[in-house]
Amino acid sequence: MSETTAPPLEESKPIQKKKGKAIDTKDEAFYRAGQWQLVWWKFRRHKLARFAMIVLGIFYFCALFAEIITPYDPLHRMKEFAAMPPSNLRLFDTTGKFHGPFVYGIKMARDPVTLRPMYVEDPNSIYPIKLFAKGDEYKLWGLFAWNVHLFGTETGTNSAELTPYFIFGSDSLGRDVFSRIIYGSRISLTVGLIGVFLAFFLGLILGGLAGFFGGVLDEVLMRIIDVLVSLPQIPLWMSLAAALPQDWPQLRLYFFVTIILSIFGWTSLARTVRGKMLSTREEDYVMAAKLDGESEWSIITRYMLPGFASYIIVSLTISIPGMILGETSLSFLGIGLRAPTISWGVMLQDAQSLQSVALLPWLLWPCFFVVLAVLMFNFLGDGMRDAADPYVT
Amino acid sequence: MVNYILLRLLRMIPQMLIISVLAFVIIQLPPGDFLTERINRLKATGLTVDNAEVERLTKMYGLDQPMAAQYIKWITNIITKGDFGYSWTFARDVNEIIGSRMGMTFFISFLAFVVCWSFAIPVGILVAVKQYSVIDYFFTFLGFIGLATPGFLLALVLMYVSFEYFGLKVGGLFSQEMILAPWSWAKFVDFLKHIWLPVIILAIGGTANLIRTLRATMLDELRKQYVTVARAKGLSEFKVLMLYPVRIAINPIVSTFGWLLVWFFSGGTVVEIVLNLDTAGPMLWRALMTQDMYTAGAYIVIVGFLTAIGSLISDLLLAAIDPRVRFGGLEA
Repeated sequence: MSETTAPPLEESKPIQKKKGKAIDTKDEAFYRAGQWQLVWWKFRRHKLARFAMIVLGIFYFCALFAEIITPYDPLHRMKEFAAMPPSNLRLFDTTGKFHGPFVYGIKMARDPVTLRPMYVEDPNSIYPIKLFAKGDEYKLWGLFAWNVHLFGTETGTNSAELTPYFIFGSDSLGRDVFSRIIYGSRISLTVGLIGVFLAFFLGLILGGLAGFFGGVLDEVLMRIIDVLVSLPQIPLWMSLAAALPQDWPQLRLYFFVTIILSIFGWTSLARTVRGKMLSTREEDYVMAAKLDGESEWSIITRYMLPGFASYIIVSLTISIPGMILGETSLSFLGIGLRAPTISWGVMLQDAQSLQSVALLPWLLWPCFFVVLAVLMFNFLGDGMRDAADPYVT
Repeated sequence: MVNYILLRLLRMIPQMLIISVLAFVIIQLPPGDFLTERINRLKATGLTVDNAEVERLTKMYGLDQPMAAQYIKWITNIITKGDFGYSWTFARDVNEIIGSRMGMTFFISFLAFVVCWSFAIPVGILVAVKQYSVIDYFFTFLGFIGLATPGFLLALVLMYVSFEYFGLKVGGLFSQEMILAPWSWAKFVDFLKHIWLPVIILAIGGTANLIRTLRATMLDELRKQYVTVARAKGLSEFKVLMLYPVRIAINPIVSTFGWLLVWFFSGGTVVEIVLNLDTAGPMLWRALMTQDMYTAGAYIVIVGFLTAIGSLISDLLLAAIDPRVRFGGLEA
C-alpha cells in the first residue's frame, strides 16, 4: 500500500484560482497547492484509509444519534425476553406470502429433552418492522424528548403484546445488545479521542521543551520516557485503575480512566515533537527568521509548528487504537468503567465465563466492533502516515 | 565491547530505581492499605478485631511510618536480601509465590517468542519477494486483523469456538486431576496440551507486527543496486536473497527482542486472566483487587527488570550482527 510511487497527482481538472484565471497543467496545480492541499491529495490515494474514514464517520455518526438509531433504551429490561438469541428477520411467511421485513412473535417453550426454557417463533403472529417506529421514550442529548426510533416493531397484527426485534439478541437481563453496542460506542470511541487530546498537550509541551532547550532537561525527559516505554502498559494501567475508588460517579470515573490511558500515550508524541524540533531548528528558514529578529515564541509557533503539524496528527491517530483497547481491557477486568456505564468493555464483562459464552454466544458481538474500530483506526493511521510528508513521493 | 556492556549496565541502575519508586507510589495510591482491607473484611464477616492486634501488625509492617521510610525499608530488603515481603492475599512470602508464576509467564512468553520469530521471518521474506501476489494480500490482510485483535478477545472467541465445535474446555495450565500431581511425563504432556493456546494467542499479534516490519525493510533492500549486482554476477536467487538483503532486513527484527517480551507480558496479563492460567497476570490482578501491595510491587519491579535486561540483550545481539551499530554504539 505504502510503496506506490506514482506521480503525486492523477487529477488534471483545471483548478479555478480566485481571480478567475484557469490553471490547466497538472504540474502547475501541484506547485501552487498548499501543504494541506497536498496532504489531502496524497491521503486520498490511499484507498483503505479513505474507506476507514467513511466507516469511522458512520461509527461516530451512530454514536452521536444513538438515541434515534437504536430501537430500544439500552437500560430497558425486557424480562420476558431475557437471553433471547438474535431475531430472525423475515420477508415471507410460512405460506410464502410477502409481508416486507417482519419478525414472528416469540413464545416461551421448554426443550423436550433438557426441559430448558427456550424461545419459539409463533408463525401466527407477525410483527412488521417499521421505519421510524414509536418506542421507548428518550431525550436526545438530554434536551429533546422524543419516542421515535429509526426502526423497530410496533403492536402486531394478532396480539396486543409487543415482540421486540433484537438484531444481536438480548443479554441475560433482557436488554437489547445492538442498542447497547451503539450506546457503548459513545464511551468506547471517545475514550481514545479524549485520551489523545490529553496526550497531545503533555506530549507537545514536554517534547517541545526538550527539543527546544535541549541539555539537561532534554536528557532527563528522554530518560523518563525510556523508563515509561520500557514498562508493560496493561499491568501498569491495571495498577492505576485499581486505585480508582469503586463508588465514584460515572463521569469522574470516565475522565480518570482516560487520564490513565493517556499517561503512556504522550511519550511517542513527545519523541516525535522533540525529533522534529531538533531537525527543523537547523533549517534555513528558521535561521532566516532568527536573522530577521523574530522572537523565539513566534519562531516556534509561526514557522516550526506548522512544519511538523502533520506528524503530530499522525502520531495522535496511531495512538487512538491502543487507548480503545486499553479501555476495553480495563473495563472487561472490572477495574475500568463499571455498569451502569455502557461501553464495549463493560458489555464484555458479561461474556467473561465460558458458561455464559456457551449459552449466550451473541454477547461476543462487542468484540467484533472493537476489532473493527481498531482496524479502521490502523488503516486511517497508515494513510495519514503516508500523507504526512506530501513533498516526498 | 566490554565497556559498552558496562556502560549499559550502569545506566540500568537509575532506570531500575525510577521503576521501583514508580511501582511503590502506584501501589500506594489507593486509600487505605492491605491491613485496613483485611480488617474491613474480617468485620464484614462478623468477627471482632482486637485493637491491640491491629496496632501490633501496623508496627510490624511499618505501616505507621511515612511513605518514604516504607519505601526505603522495602527496597533495602529487595536489594540486600532479595526479599520482596509478605503477601496477604496468598498468605505466603511473595518470593515463594512469584517465582513459579513469573517463571511460567516467562516460559509462555518465551515459547510465544519462538513461534513468533520462526513463523514471521520466513513469511516476511516470502511476502516481500512475492509482493502484490495472492500470498502477500492474504498475509497482509491476516496481519491487519492480527494487529487489531487484542489477545484477550481472541482468547474469548477461541474459548467459545473450541467449546462449541470441539467440546473442549480450554483454560488452566493443567487438567483438574494433574494440578497437584508431581512432575512426570504424563503431566508434561498434559501441560503441553493446555499451553499451546495461550502461546499461539500471544504470538499472533507479535507475528503480525514482525511480518509487516520485515516486509517493509525487505522491499526497501530489494530495490537497492547491490541486489541487481548480485543477480548480474549470476548468483542463484536463493543466495541473492539470503546473503544480502535478508541479513540487513533482519536487523530491526533482532531489536524487537526487547519489546516483544514486554508486549507478551503486557498483553499476556489479560489473556492469562481470561484463560484462568496459574501465572503472574492473574496473580497481579488478585493482588491489586486486595491491595496486596508487596505482591503487585514485586510484579512491576521484576517485569521492569526483565525488560531492561531484554533491551540490553537485543542491543547486544544487534551489535553482534551489525557492525555499523557496533561502532556507533561504542561512541554513545
